[in-house]
Amino acid sequence: MKTNRSTAKPVHKPTFANGDDIQIPVFTLLKPDGTVYADAGSTSLDETTARRIYRAMLYTRVLDERMMAAQRQGRLSFYMQCTGEEAAVIGSTAALDDADMIMAQYREQGALAYRGFTTDEFMNQLFGNERDTAHGRQMPIHYGSRDLHYLTISSPLATQIPQATGYAYGQKLAGKGHCTLTIFGEGAASEGDFHAALNMASVHKVPVIFLCRNNGYAISTPVTEQFAGDGVAARAFGYRMQSIRVDGNDILAVYEATREARRLAVEENEPVLIEAMTYRLAAHSSSDDPSGYRSKKEEEAWHKKDPLRRMQRWLLDRGWWNEDEERELTESLRREVLETMKQAEKRRPPALETLVSDVYAETPPLLREQLETLEAHIRRHPEAYPRSAPWLDGGIGKEGQP
Amino acid sequence: MSRMNLLQAVNNALDTAMALDERVLCFGEDVGVFGGVFRATSHLQEKYGRERCFNTPLVEQGIVGFANGLAAQGSVPVAEIQFADYIYPAFDQLVNETAKFRYRSGSLFDVGGLTVRAPYGGGIAGGHYHSQSPEGYFAHTPGLTVVVPRNPYQAKGLLLASIRSPDPVIFFEPKRLYRASVGEVPDDDYELPLRQAEVVKEGSDITLLAWGAQMEVIEQAAEMAEKSGISCELIDLRTIVPWDIETVAASVFKTGRLVVSHEAPLTGGFAAEIAATIQQRCFLYLESPIERVTGLDTPFPLTLEKEYMPGPLKVFDAIHRTMDF
Repeated sequence: MKTNRSTAKPVHKPTFANGDDIQIPVFTLLKPDGTVYADAGSTSLDETTARRIYRAMLYTRVLDERMMAAQRQGRLSFYMQCTGEEAAVIGSTAALDDADMIMAQYREQGALAYRGFTTDEFMNQLFGNERDTAHGRQMPIHYGSRDLHYLTISSPLATQIPQATGYAYGQKLAGKGHCTLTIFGEGAASEGDFHAALNMASVHKVPVIFLCRNNGYAISTPVTEQFAGDGVAARAFGYRMQSIRVDGNDILAVYEATREARRLAVEENEPVLIEAMTYRLAAHSSSDDPSGYRSKKEEEAWHKKDPLRRMQRWLLDRGWWNEDEERELTESLRREVLETMKQAEKRRPPALETLVSDVYAETPPLLREQLETLEAHIRRHPEAYPRSAPWLDGGIGKEGQP
Repeated sequence: MSRMNLLQAVNNALDTAMALDERVLCFGEDVGVFGGVFRATSHLQEKYGRERCFNTPLVEQGIVGFANGLAAQGSVPVAEIQFADYIYPAFDQLVNETAKFRYRSGSLFDVGGLTVRAPYGGGIAGGHYHSQSPEGYFAHTPGLTVVVPRNPYQAKGLLLASIRSPDPVIFFEPKRLYRASVGEVPDDDYELPLRQAEVVKEGSDITLLAWGAQMEVIEQAAEMAEKSGISCELIDLRTIVPWDIETVAASVFKTGRLVVSHEAPLTGGFAAEIAATIQQRCFLYLESPIERVTGLDTPFPLTLEKEYMPGPLKVFDAIHRTMDF
């Protein structure tokens, strides 16, 4: 029952509460070894969806391994891995309609992989070349796709969360039965934007799902120094919002929880908070070294709960997957990533003009002037601008061959 | 035509926009039943329902974040920030999100439908936190359009243009003029151009440039100056960014003198940008240094507000300094 000022029961002794009497359980169906708990209910995951999920998980793992290696070789300026959190990201994506909106933080490339973002699209963004839809304006991993309903990533943390509430409010008015899933880390959940978003979603009954990937660390800061309460899930109560904590490395639990969350959001206009308990098996980013803040022992314990291994075991047990298939797919994905990368890194940089386009719908005269001044400067000093000088005045040579 | 004050003109523009396009939504603190603390959204909820005109929780960063999402989705949100002084919690959403949405996605996504309205400016005994003119902060962020109207006719036409602009607009309303400025306003739908300054009065000796409530101030200063035989050309910048350099430069080529005035503090104020650009474009035509008449480099005061404000007499003195240089 919703309590507000007028219905609160009077008491005559100072009575405090800190929420400790509420312990939020963890919803889980798959044991760490990938077998199903004896008392677990059945799953609604069908073979086609399960295979699509696993393929996307494997793809994401391969992509991350290859691109991290490429970064270490100096071919790429920066990279961030989804490694360890694939089930939370892909399981939740799979429970949506493919036309539902996703507003992610930055470590959620698995969602794009599931929806069919091509290797070429990944590579063009990572290398910021002339085929990158955002014209090389953002650091690697800031993907976006209008066709796949995946908002372009923005580095500032949590800004997408109130935007998701607004987007979903618009979806509700449009009345086509869509919702928005926004994904963020437990660190981002400390930002004001998180609280603003949840409160507004609850007050206005918005079809939005807030998925927190609680992976234990915000870069180096452990959850014990991030919050004192019972994780992120408990915060929903302050907003009178539906909340659930799931084992984020358990594909079945994430999928079922998100499916029900979507039903609540779309059919009942009830926003939902999901806290997926997971672990970032890799570093925060290519610029981070986790050995400075967490132990090898801890990492090893989580490797045993690797979401890919768990799902693989479950699939093998059902006869929906086999080891030959796994080996062949892994090899072909590695080849695909490597070959596509080689092409992407050879492509030209974006045209100079893209420096000033898209700031406004129509470029203002002052900005056009600034571009002309810059072009004249580059023509005077072409040796100082090897990225753009060869392409001025329509460029020379064929695409990809300076 | 109807006689309206600036507030009624804003209300009328919102009404017009909502009547013609069901994607237009108005929301903010106290915007619903109450119609906003200044009553700019009066009767809109009654007319268009709670889904399209509603109160939000008291959280500016949430209001603008929510509005960004709505605009990205294809709605046309008009968000109210109750006072421009309280826009800063939403600064991140405005400068890092609103402004960069189109650029960072290569136009895959944009929030062009967004308009953020906020009453700004002094002269109402509002002290530090009900008087500020923050246009300069936003003028420093590429991707934002900042618009300030000077009277009811301008307010309706510019607000309708802002709502329909393909770019996000921050629309600062001079609250001192909400009820003080009254004029004839067409009842029909009309738009006034963004990115275009307006020569409000032609003159030959000196150009006076301002925007919003400060237009009234430079008009009074010009009247005083005309009595001493100085012919003043008055320009309302209207859109602060992207600004209309051409109209201002053309005027200064003619007059050779420029005074720019705004309520915001001097240092880093938008007058500095105008002065730098115009001296570069019009260097050989300038008869005297460009003068800035602005607020002081202090927080906005209360009791000594009149002393702080760049009133008509201060502008009048600047005109003389410029003429006598």
